Amino acid sequence: MTGAGRLSTAARAIVAGDRRALARAITAIENGDSAAEPVLRSLYPRTRGIPVVGFTGPLGVGKSSLINALVGLLRDRGRTVGIVAVDPSSPFSGGSVLGDRIRLDRPADDTGIYFRSMASRGAAGGVAAATLEIARLLDAAGFDFVLVETVGSGQVDVAIREIASTSIVVLVPHLGDEVQTLKAGMFEIADVFCVNKSDLPGADLARKDLADLVSLGRAEGRWAPAIVLTSTVEPMGIDGLWRAVEAHEKFLDDSGERRAGERRRLANEIVGLVRDRVGRDLTARLEADPKLRSLLDRVVARSLDPRAAAEQLLIRGRRAR
Amino acid sequence: MPSASRARRTHPIRVLIAKPGLDGHDRGAKVVARALRDAGMEVIYAGLRQTPEEIVRAALEEDVDLIGLSILSGAHMTLFPRVLALLKRNKAGNVPVFAGGIIPDEDARRLRRAGIRAIFGPGSSLEEIVRTAQKLARARS
Repeated sequence: MTGAGRLSTAARAIVAGDRRALARAITAIENGDSAAEPVLRSLYPRTRGIPVVGFTGPLGVGKSSLINALVGLLRDRGRTVGIVAVDPSSPFSGGSVLGDRIRLDRPADDTGIYFRSMASRGAAGGVAAATLEIARLLDAAGFDFVLVETVGSGQVDVAIREIASTSIVVLVPHLGDEVQTLKAGMFEIADVFCVNKSDLPGADLARKDLADLVSLGRAEGRWAPAIVLTSTVEPMGIDGLWRAVEAHEKFLDDSGERRAGERRRLANEIVGLVRDRVGRDLTARLEADPKLRSLLDRVVARSLDPRAAAEQLLIRGRRAR
Repeated sequence: MPSASRARRTHPIRVLIAKPGLDGHDRGAKVVARALRDAGMEVIYAGLRQTPEEIVRAALEEDVDLIGLSILSGAHMTLFPRVLALLKRNKAGNVPVFAGGIIPDEDARRLRRAGIRAIFGPGSSLEEIVRTAQKLARARS
């Protein structure tokens, strides 16, 4: 049971602002540790559905620096921010160097932020699920906003839509042909295009290219992605970037898309959790359960095909219910 | 979506690598960070010019198993004990701290007595550093 109102010790500490308890719960989520379960369950009713802003885009475009600049702006306005920065794990060693924290330039005693680095640990989807739950913890812990930075490429770029209420695609001038390739993937996920390093030549051209792209997909009643030029060297456009985020968040509320989007995301999450559990359970039982093992034996012996075997398992599962 | 990685039983060691103080030589720290990564660890690289307060805050927020400090400025006798004291004050005195850099033998002995678990000077082998880091992180949990 979710046990609304009744909190575990760890959950109570997190709500009370204990950052160590928060950090430990996040580790438990990352590790798939069962200790995370009661915390997540009891805190869910306390979440408010705060804005989660996702940053994605190629390596080296300045996502971490932009986040640092936005954190500065939000802290100046007295708002609190939780940040999750995901970097890739090595497919060879499983290790990783998480370097996004370097860009964070805040006083060590600023209690209005929490920054967490995270390794992708292989499967992109797994990161999405863990990040979603971590964002939820930060929500329950009372932060006003969550900022999520994803690895520079790959599936997570699309998975960011399962996590973020506003997705920012960060680019730089002179990506040239790469802008063309972005049409397919990133164009669909961007609520805001941010041309960073726009102190460099070519920023206006990049803006024009993006404006052309946006005009192609314009439709009545739909959000047309905003295009913002920024620089973090001599900070420029940072407040404009946040205004674009606020405008999109307002659109979500006014259009009813926030509720629709949340409903869709939660449905995906539930299906994902069931698929995960059923899959793990079935994988274990296929060899351990004698009946299921003989089914697998028949497929191995070519007397049954995999689809028929799957069908039989589904029928068996339905009967069991 | 949830995936197999979340069900994995053994999880990577998380280690913070930071440079307290004002010297700008981070090559050693980077070489060690990379070696630990190649040994399968998740290395949070905090970089240059970190105050003890920033280091301890990062260690707590990142929930690391281990902290590695690199220093070449000579300020180790001031900064390392400060990191250890702040960890203790935050009830995180059980997080092992190891160090590397230019640290005279006599200072190294005193720092070990103060609670720095291992100290690596110039010429230390990466294998030895990795092995020690693994041992320290495992002993903690």
